[in-house]
Amino acid sequence: MLRFLARRLALTIPVLLGVASLVFSLIHLIPGDPAQAMLGESASPQDVAELRARLGLDRPLVEQYGRFLEGALHGDLGRSLRTNQPVATAILERLPATIELAAAAMIVAVAFAIPLGIAAAVWRGTAVDHTASTVSLLGISIPNFWLGPLLAIVFSIELGWLPVSGRGTWAHLVLPAISLGAALAAILARMTRATLLEELREHYVTAARARGASRARAVVRHAFRNSLIPVITLIGLQFGAVLTGAVITETIFAWPGIGRLLIQSIGFRDYPLVQGCILLIAVTYVGMNLLTDLLYGLVDPRIRYE
Amino acid sequence: MSKVGAATVLVAIVAALIGPALARSDPAAQDLARRLDGPSATHWFGLDELGRDIFARVLVGARISLLVGIVVVSISSAVGTLLGSIAVYFGGLIDEAISRTIDILLAFPGLLLAIALVAVLGPSLANVVVALSLIGWVGYARLVRGQVLRAREFEFVQAARALGAGTPRILVRHVIPTALPALTVQATLGMGGAILAEAALSFLGLGVQPPTPSWGTMLNGGRTHLLDAPHLTIFPGLAIAFLVLGFNFLGDGLRDALDPVTRRAG
Repeated sequence: MLRFLARRLALTIPVLLGVASLVFSLIHLIPGDPAQAMLGESASPQDVAELRARLGLDRPLVEQYGRFLEGALHGDLGRSLRTNQPVATAILERLPATIELAAAAMIVAVAFAIPLGIAAAVWRGTAVDHTASTVSLLGISIPNFWLGPLLAIVFSIELGWLPVSGRGTWAHLVLPAISLGAALAAILARMTRATLLEELREHYVTAARARGASRARAVVRHAFRNSLIPVITLIGLQFGAVLTGAVITETIFAWPGIGRLLIQSIGFRDYPLVQGCILLIAVTYVGMNLLTDLLYGLVDPRIRYE
Repeated sequence: MSKVGAATVLVAIVAALIGPALARSDPAAQDLARRLDGPSATHWFGLDELGRDIFARVLVGARISLLVGIVVVSISSAVGTLLGSIAVYFGGLIDEAISRTIDILLAFPGLLLAIALVAVLGPSLANVVVALSLIGWVGYARLVRGQVLRAREFEFVQAARALGAGTPRILVRHVIPTALPALTVQATLGMGGAILAEAALSFLGLGVQPPTPSWGTMLNGGRTHLLDAPHLTIFPGLAIAFLVLGFNFLGDGLRDALDPVTRRAG
């Protein structure tokens, strides 16, 4: 297990370095002078020169890169151009809101997807299965930037049951969580159905039935347990999609998280903050993938020895 | 399912090609006195915040969505197939470099990288296509690399080699064609993904800019009128879901039809 752990960790380091390099290079992809772009066309040459010096853009590229990596390692991602607040502080202030939303969305997705996937597999080929498959495909195809406003029209504006935007009570969380969790629920339901169908074909399920286990027991106690491993893996791997979806959901529902901060920062051309938000989301994604792989290795020994 | 998908996509293509010519209203014509009017016999989807016909704009929006999908999928699949094949053909350091680049790009959630790229390149239709293609090729390259590695072991490929065929000929004539079914499925699902991503970027104000009627831009415009004119939100969103669902149905159906295991299992 230790060897597997060490090998998997060693593979993550170049990926993280690559991610950091890509985020560093973003500012250099800005057409023309990045400092001029941040301050706008009307900025004086003196202001532009000052900003260049402040961001270290007047230094050799290798030195800029070294400083960026060193800063990132120490949690120093520079300062916001607009508020002068350290980027790390601005991000940390909004992190709890995004975690809260992502966790709620994942709970909604799991609560909806697992029963739907099981029902589709157990009643395969029936109307239940076709309905579940269509609902799943709808979930994947309906964009969350449409579902969110639709939910708001029905539950906030027409029925007046839930607040339309903001964060505070649990009621504020309901619509953003459903809007963000719907696509994940759809993918999870499809995966649950597919893996459960595979398990139901296995001999041990037939054996359990032959020993007198009821159909429900054979499905839930035997087949479903074994089909959970790929489903849990998928939940981990989909975390990145949830984080990216949060960028849109937070914008729709004025949810004060990192996604909204990212879009606001793009609007203000506050590139240090843009870089910080993207780096955090990407590193979290890599970390979640690593964690998923490690857990997978822990529960399924075959993975370790491959 | 694939038939439903194919029919949906066909309707969208026909609507995009001849719809704007058939629409009774000019998608750019403004009637400020009747702004935000709901659906009626003359304006089936109602009028937007500037009094423009939403039905006509949805039809023009279909052109943009399909154009983005086709261009992004074409560039991504061509570049991905080329790089995936090159990786296996040259092997060694080149394979290592391409594989590590794929790993790094896959370490980013796709849309996030597109948001980052458009944020620095500037919001425009061209930059959306560039950003989506830059992230899109990765999936195809990984797929083709895997398929080529697998196909190398096939007997007919080894026979071709024994007959003296060179590696490029073997790749183009024998190996890559074995990856075509998987590539077709990926490209079909990729169309839906690209259309969704363009709409998301435009919704966030990072894609197609007003007054060009992209579905995402129209949804963004409808956000401030959720209370008084929900039809601004309902119809462009319905169009996106309809087309993306069509491509997903089609891709799913093709995958089942081309996969002998699922075909047998029904």
